[in-house]
Amino acid sequence: MSIDMQQFHAVFFEESQEHLEEMEQLLLALDLKAPDPEMLNSIFRAAHSIKGGSGIFGFDALASVTHIMESLLDKIRKGQMAISASMVDLFLSSVDQLKDILQSYRGGGAIDWASVQSLTQKLEIETSGKTQAAVEKEEQQGFGFFAQVEPAPAEEAFGFFNEPVADESFGFFDEPVADDSFGFFEDLPAPDNVVLEVASEMSRSASDAVAGFFEDLLETASPAVEVVASTARSPSTAESRAVGATLSVVPPIVAERNANPEPVQSASVGKGVVEQKQLASKSKSNDHVTVESSSIRVDVAKVDQLINLVGEIVITQSMMNLLGKSLEGALGEKFQTVANELERNTREIQEAVMSIRMLPVSFVFNRFPRVVRDLSTKLGKQIDLIIEGGETELDKGLTEKLVDPLTHLVRNSIDHGIESAEVRRERGKSPTGTVVLRAAQQGGNIVISISDDGGGLNRERILAKARENNIAIAENPRDEDVWQLIFAPGFSTAAEVTDVSGRGVGMDVVKRNVQTLGGRIDIESRAGQGATFTIHLPLTLAIVDGMCVSVGSQTFIVPLVHIVESMQPSANDIKTLAADDWLLHVRNEYWPILPLHKVMQLDSQYIDPAKGIVVLIETTKYRFALFVDALVGQQQVVIKSLEQHYRRVQGIAGATIMGDGSVALIVDVESLALSVNQNIHLAAAV
Amino acid sequence: MESIATNIAQEYLTFTLGNENYAIDILTVKEIRGYESVTKIANAPPFIKGVINLRGDIVPIVDLRIKFDVGNVTYDEFTIVIVLHIHSRIVGIVVDGVSDVVTLSRDQLRPPPDFGVAFNSNYLLGLATVNEQMIILVDIEKLISSEEMALCESNSVTDKE
Repeated sequence: MSIDMQQFHAVFFEESQEHLEEMEQLLLALDLKAPDPEMLNSIFRAAHSIKGGSGIFGFDALASVTHIMESLLDKIRKGQMAISASMVDLFLSSVDQLKDILQSYRGGGAIDWASVQSLTQKLEIETSGKTQAAVEKEEQQGFGFFAQVEPAPAEEAFGFFNEPVADESFGFFDEPVADDSFGFFEDLPAPDNVVLEVASEMSRSASDAVAGFFEDLLETASPAVEVVASTARSPSTAESRAVGATLSVVPPIVAERNANPEPVQSASVGKGVVEQKQLASKSKSNDHVTVESSSIRVDVAKVDQLINLVGEIVITQSMMNLLGKSLEGALGEKFQTVANELERNTREIQEAVMSIRMLPVSFVFNRFPRVVRDLSTKLGKQIDLIIEGGETELDKGLTEKLVDPLTHLVRNSIDHGIESAEVRRERGKSPTGTVVLRAAQQGGNIVISISDDGGGLNRERILAKARENNIAIAENPRDEDVWQLIFAPGFSTAAEVTDVSGRGVGMDVVKRNVQTLGGRIDIESRAGQGATFTIHLPLTLAIVDGMCVSVGSQTFIVPLVHIVESMQPSANDIKTLAADDWLLHVRNEYWPILPLHKVMQLDSQYIDPAKGIVVLIETTKYRFALFVDALVGQQQVVIKSLEQHYRRVQGIAGATIMGDGSVALIVDVESLALSVNQNIHLAAAV
Repeated sequence: MESIATNIAQEYLTFTLGNENYAIDILTVKEIRGYESVTKIANAPPFIKGVINLRGDIVPIVDLRIKFDVGNVTYDEFTIVIVLHIHSRIVGIVVDGVSDVVTLSRDQLRPPPDFGVAFNSNYLLGLATVNEQMIILVDIEKLISSEEMALCESNSVTDKE
């Protein structure tokens, strides 16, 4: 039993986390002057879902906060209260706190009840402050049966019409009188079936009193009416959690109502127009709702297993192809046709399976509106954030690891890149700075860039700092080389450090993070015009672009990112340092030669580098020329772990399976450089 | 001697190494296959032949004949690899031949000898006689995960001597 509950907990935590993130995004996107009712509804629904779940599992801190949020949101979405900037702030901080609470429940930590208390109080004040006015307003409207009823139960009743989980509301439709909370319906002339009737026929034959009741609904909670109507019409649709489906039933009813204006007469024509506008915006957001309900949660391990198995099929298929070539005559031809068919299908399956792991980059990007909002408030700067290419897809493993480096870079851009409004005006720029987050796919890479239109990097200051830190710099270095200096560990242009961040502080960590993802980071900057940080990443973590090289009878994969170029050296360019330590002379630079067969203890085809091929390799720390027998070709390979069944091997990053089913090792150039005989003096990379 | 009581299994796979018959718990055996060409790994001890692709898993191959210096180290179409599944790891061992599956009960076991077999007696469960032949019961989990096999990182091993 307890195990079962644990399982539900995990789902609840994940769902709540998603709801909170959705709330945050919607709150940030909300237009305070003309809030989109569907967005308000979505925010309400998110709060409501968390409340429901936390109630069931007994997470009281979550339930109490979300309950009050829900009441407040309910008022807002019904138009009883206007949403204000301070409210959005309060909601945002509530979302933050809810995230913390969720984390505490998740990790089994203690709940900070004091802060929960203060938050609920704040929310209550906000809620109650406006409630009085709303109640008064209702009373002024003077609808007989509303005046008698306290607002709370009425709200509850309306509240649940909109609830996606409609069980209760069905109960209500079956026996409208049975439930206490609907007491006020008893005042209606035909209490038994009237609501159902009215709803299904939509006021065609209803009495005046009933029409009045609906009118009132129109005024206080117009969205509720639609759901009531559609619920009555097609209960099964409403029952499903897909709100989008329910809403789609609505338009004909509205049309119907307009065609039969008689009972709705007293409701102004203007109302109808407003409602239709709302419907339009609803149908727009329907897509969003459908997308949500069409996805399922899958354990990553299952997907990985699937990817593995498909990889096996690919290999088996290519083995079969090889075998098929030995068949001759009519049978051979037939076999070839079938094999080709299989090949195509396999490739398609592989692509489809790979795409399961892919997530749009917007999963990472969507947190930045919040970061920018908070930071710009804190620093008193005006900043627009533009997000482009959020739909670009990336391996899930990568998206998660991208969050930290991207956050750092965005904070940097805002803190140091963008100048204050005054400075910007002086420089003849718009006082509002712009940060652009952009993602795009370029071949086998994903390119993510963070650009700002701020002051750009300060060349002189960076150079001065480099000298201070005793970092060797060439004379008159190119700008690109200067910018790379900020990635040096501990490099910080002290003058610029603030409490938010310091450009340079932790940039080495950013670079390292990006590199562990198999990527690289470039900087472009122009004084006074801003800076752009560009991150190049491989499409997935599991696949690396590699150059296959052969040594003796074995094949190795060298990751393409590290390869500068490959060449067949002429004997003249090979200089001997010691007995068999060679240096390669290329374009006025000497590259130490590292024979791969020596490192891998294999018998190679060639002993003389001039007969084989050298691959010039540059890592973050060293550069050297890797001497191999031959280049086999460039290909993408799936990285498999050696450690799973064996152990870590120095100089080897992993293994992969080639088309013929054999195993090839992937060279880890960084550790290869370290394993090199100390007598070979590795040239430090620039 | 406690290990005999706890590690006893009903069925054992017997194989030969040199002139002796050995037996391992059949539940650790994943499959038996022929020897195929391996991918060599640098700086590995000579008895670790390399790695193979076992349906997508990169599996190390250990030649017990080299490790214990018994039998004829030749590789042909008759060379046998027993693929073992031990502590969620997969490893293949090369032996001279696989003979039989035998059922042994606990009272058929005699204490392991201190000498005369290839393995250190730490890795032995005991001796049994089947069809007038002596069979040496090997604690294969302990042997494979031992440090001397150099198959795993030293701290990831459960049994240590």
